[in-house]
Amino acid sequence: METSTVSPFLDQLLADRPVDSARGWLGRLRGQALEQAHGAGVPTVRDEDWRFTDLSPLYKLAFRAPAVVPEPTPDAIRPHRVAEAAVRMVFVDGRHSPALSSAVDVLPAGLKVERLGDVDGEWLRSRLGAVAAFTDDAFVAINTAHLQDGAVVVVDRDVAIDAPVHLLFVSTQPDAAAHPRVLVVAEPSSDVTVIEEHMALHDGAYCVNAVTEVIAEANARVRHVKLQRDGKAGFHLATSAARVERDARFHSHDIAIGGRISRQNLRVALAGEGSECHLDGLALIDGRQLADTHSFVDHAVPHGISRQRHKCVVGGGAHAVFNGRVLVRSGAQQTDSAQQSRNLLLSERARVDAKPQLEIFADDVKCAHGATVGQLELEEVFYLRSRGLDDLAARNLLTYAFAAEIVDAIGVKSVVERLRAHVMARTGAQETLR
Amino acid sequence: MSTDRPLLDVKGLTASVAGKTILKGIDFVVRPGEVHAIMGPNGSGKSTFSKVLAGHPAYEVTAGSATFDGEDLFALEPEMRARAGLFLSFQYPVEVPGVANAQFLRLTYNTVQGARGRDELDPLEFDDFVREKMKLLEMNPMFLDRSVNEGFSGGEKKRNEILQMALLEPKLAFLDETDSGLDIDALRIVAGGVNALRTSDNAIVLVTHYQRLLNYIVPDFVHVMDGGRIVKTGGKELALELESRGYDWIAKAA
Ligand SMILES: Nc1ncnc2c1ncn2[C@@H]1O[C@H](COP(=O)(O)OP(=O)(O)OP(=O)(O)O)[C@@H](O)[C@H]1O
Ligand SMILES: [Mg+2]
Repeated sequence: METSTVSPFLDQLLADRPVDSARGWLGRLRGQALEQAHGAGVPTVRDEDWRFTDLSPLYKLAFRAPAVVPEPTPDAIRPHRVAEAAVRMVFVDGRHSPALSSAVDVLPAGLKVERLGDVDGEWLRSRLGAVAAFTDDAFVAINTAHLQDGAVVVVDRDVAIDAPVHLLFVSTQPDAAAHPRVLVVAEPSSDVTVIEEHMALHDGAYCVNAVTEVIAEANARVRHVKLQRDGKAGFHLATSAARVERDARFHSHDIAIGGRISRQNLRVALAGEGSECHLDGLALIDGRQLADTHSFVDHAVPHGISRQRHKCVVGGGAHAVFNGRVLVRSGAQQTDSAQQSRNLLLSERARVDAKPQLEIFADDVKCAHGATVGQLELEEVFYLRSRGLDDLAARNLLTYAFAAEIVDAIGVKSVVERLRAHVMARTGAQETLR
Repeated sequence: MSTDRPLLDVKGLTASVAGKTILKGIDFVVRPGEVHAIMGPNGSGKSTFSKVLAGHPAYEVTAGSATFDGEDLFALEPEMRARAGLFLSFQYPVEVPGVANAQFLRLTYNTVQGARGRDELDPLEFDDFVREKMKLLEMNPMFLDRSVNEGFSGGEKKRNEILQMALLEPKLAFLDETDSGLDIDALRIVAGGVNALRTSDNAIVLVTHYQRLLNYIVPDFVHVMDGGRIVKTGGKELALELESRGYDWIAKAA
């Protein structure tokens, strides 16, 4: 990795770690991550992986650990409630907020949603950091060096939890950096949906550096919905990593709406035969926003299935980046992989850099990919106009529809409705569809 | 036949697409209550003619005029033509992924109703209304929940076109090969649906390759288009003659 060894940004970020009270393995993990973070430095546009995403506006800023300030009122987060949720766990500037979280003693049987610090150390040790290794990425290292608070979701074997788990990360103060951490473990043949949402109650600059790890054990199903609705001056850096074991299935829905600069790394290891992943992504940006998604699907064993749909709707002078890497290792015969990247530019100045990256080392596989970048289809616009809709209404409707396909697949009704309303407002389809 | 003023009066129309002249001088008059059929070999310009009338932006009118219901058609945006009562059933209806058919149908219906100064329907009222219309075409209501035309078979798309015609109640409907791809039962149903929509005030232009359709919707006039011109016009017996003799004899006679 290209390093900028002199980085006040990094020094400040790493200096501001919580006082290390942890002993044993967790302390060592943090220490190693800290060393790694210092050594590796932060990425620049000279790194192939960061070619299009210039973080220098971030590096110019100095972030501190969040101050202890009064928590937001329940009313402030009410619009973000998920009605269907079995449980809501809220983190304010990275710290757990018992007052804003729902009571955990009424959880459905077989579901545990706990703070990192409350989880059995030995159990955690073999899982935390097992899927998102701090050696993989500079920001994962920084996150791991800060490891203190976080959410751990565990579903017992054979238990299916219908109601989603809602993890809400709220930023309340400018200039602060938070390092949220989530671990989801779905035991064999279990089923769970986790909604991870990021938002801000202010318009200042701040930094979220999140790491989420998912372990879907044999025959389990995990649906991870990530709603990145950070503030307009916010920086969002995140890695979501999943290990999908035999016959298990991982669904991911990544929605990037907020933030000035956001970077979502999505790493999925199809580690067991017959495992599947279904990855949906939507970036809906305008103004001067930049949203970057780098995904990596690792087909390590035979009979894996991966399906990916990534869409970007880019307006104003915004810039979307998509890099979809799919690796089919030599032993991964009968792999069935399809990736689709579709991008809609709403203005002359909007820009997208979309790149599939297929690396196939097995010979008996089915791999398809396609990328399109363009404006709305002339034929579609004309068809709607020939039915009486004016040009603007037709365009708004088509833009809305383009994004709605990804939104609808989330499957949690209140989230779908909330996002649909948002997409409508953004595209102007509100007027059209009344 | 009616002697009213023409619903559509096209004079000396020439049009081009991608710099290539396709229509080379078309005169075409439709009066209320009439049914016209336009036949002719592949590539002769039938769909181009219909798209030019509907206002497709890729097609450029280079000469001539068209008056629709007393208005200068080419001065109107495509949506204004639709609101004024011109309807085109597409030869290849466009798929619109992500837009539910019910939502789309209600939107177009209400937009056109509003423009005509009539009452709009809320989703519940519209649902009842559209289901009645679908019965006419023996369409399964599940097509309301699917994305517009997405994954519909050829015949299902054509039925969805005629459903839109039924909702929008056009004065002039241009049906471009609505019969192609329909099996015999579907053809009978769709033709029955079209016939049920006919009044003495509206008119229909059928673009078709097959007499089969014309057994159900009997034309007053049959036109043959070739090389961007209407090269022959006759009564319904002309279609039978074309079916048995093909188009070559017209070209030779012309
Ligand atoms: N968008 C376009 N760009 C270029 N050429 C076009 C375009 N649309 C039509 N043409 C050409 O114009 C000519 C007439 O095409 P048109 O589709 O009008 O024929 P048609 O009579 O409807 O044929 P068919 O019976 O096969 O439907 C053809 O040579 C066609 O290739
Ligand atoms: Mg045609």
